Amino acid sequence: MSTLYERLGGEAAVDLAVDKFYRRVLADDRISAFFEGVDMERQAAKQKAFLTMVFGGPHHYTGKDMRDGHRHLVARGLNDSHFDAVVEDLGATLKELGIPDSDIAEVAALAETTRNDVLDR
Amino acid sequence: MPTVTFEGRSYPTEPGETVLTALLRQGGAIPHSCRSGVCRSCLVRATQGTPPASSQKALKDTLRAQGYFLSCIAQPESELTVALPSDGVIGHTRAQLLAREQLAPDIFRLRLQAEEAFPFMAGQFITIRRPDGLRRSYSLAAPPTSDGTIELHVRRLPQGQLSGWLCEALELGAWVDLFGPEGSCFYLPDDPTRPLLLIGTGTGLAPLLGIVRDALAQGHTGPIQLFHGSRHPDGLYLQGELAALTVTHPNLTYTLCTSATGPRADVAAFGAIPDTSGWRVYLCGNPEMVKGAQRKAFLLGASLAEIYTDPFVRAG
Ligand code: FES
Repeated sequence: MSTLYERLGGEAAVDLAVDKFYRRVLADDRISAFFEGVDMERQAAKQKAFLTMVFGGPHHYTGKDMRDGHRHLVARGLNDSHFDAVVEDLGATLKELGIPDSDIAEVAALAETTRNDVLDR
Repeated sequence: MPTVTFEGRSYPTEPGETVLTALLRQGGAIPHSCRSGVCRSCLVRATQGTPPASSQKALKDTLRAQGYFLSCIAQPESELTVALPSDGVIGHTRAQLLAREQLAPDIFRLRLQAEEAFPFMAGQFITIRRPDGLRRSYSLAAPPTSDGTIELHVRRLPQGQLSGWLCEALELGAWVDLFGPEGSCFYLPDDPTRPLLLIGTGTGLAPLLGIVRDALAQGHTGPIQLFHGSRHPDGLYLQGELAALTVTHPNLTYTLCTSATGPRADVAAFGAIPDTSGWRVYLCGNPEMVKGAQRKAFLLGASLAEIYTDPFVRAG
């Protein structure tokens, strides 16, 4: 039985998904304000790490990194509704890439495990 | 295990250790943060030796070609000498001022002759150091020539100390110190049919002209669309030379934009190219324009890795 990360296509799939995912998030009025003025290349690199993690791939991110990385956004009002929007954009990206619903559900479940860390609670 | 040399000192590595860990363990100071290949704060350049390919994977081709790599994920396979991107180890030479020509009320073209071979890619930038230590960076507006001349475009700023010196005081035949080259805005000959979009404001034209000349010299056949903008007509220059290039190279188009009376260069460009998927994009000049156009080009379909930026931070 292959892992989720392998089924999705490993690093190549992450590379393919990251532009599409980031573009969707930037164009999403519910959350785009949080990305105003950021260094886009750095941001894309972070999204790549995030996608690797929620694809079930090898990563080094810890709960502490998640908290430290988002605390300034929580101070600006980042809440559950924004987290939901990101998960929704993630699902839509994977659908666009033709990934089966069962795998998308698994990715969403992995993303869900970061919710409390991202929202610092 | 291979040894890493940094700032003249050698650092032996342990099995499985990365360049960053080996240096930090032995007191070498390299900026870093995530230690997992994400934040890029640990970027270094191999001035000798070959870094492992995996540590360059996330970088732009143009950086890779210059030996840059992420030290936190690089387990060295062979001896390496590394330098920080900013510490001047990158290159130093002296150059002599050959010619100076006024192109617009405040814009001058300088031709310099390097004392020794000075490898660079058109579109990168060099830093000039005045004898009193004052430094400013200028883009390379033409590909390297066999006789070693370098072309720069300098805007004379009202209170600009170095630009004033370069445009007025420096005498023909005088020598200046050059450092570099640096920067990742340059032409890559990987696909001669790929469409290229270049948007620049003010002397942001210099690197773009360098890229265009390089592309044409290397036989690029895909469309090349250059947009040059300035607030006032005074800031536009080399129109004749560029118009002549479009005649000899029908795949090149050149659009002038004066924002005081018409659309800004980036607005005009994305009006003409509403879908940027598959395009390679170069953005140089005003930092606000560069940032906004980077976002726009990406949202319109260009891959982020294919957008090369060089924001000019104003300092005379
Ligand atoms: S420390 Fe973040 S990429 Fe190396």
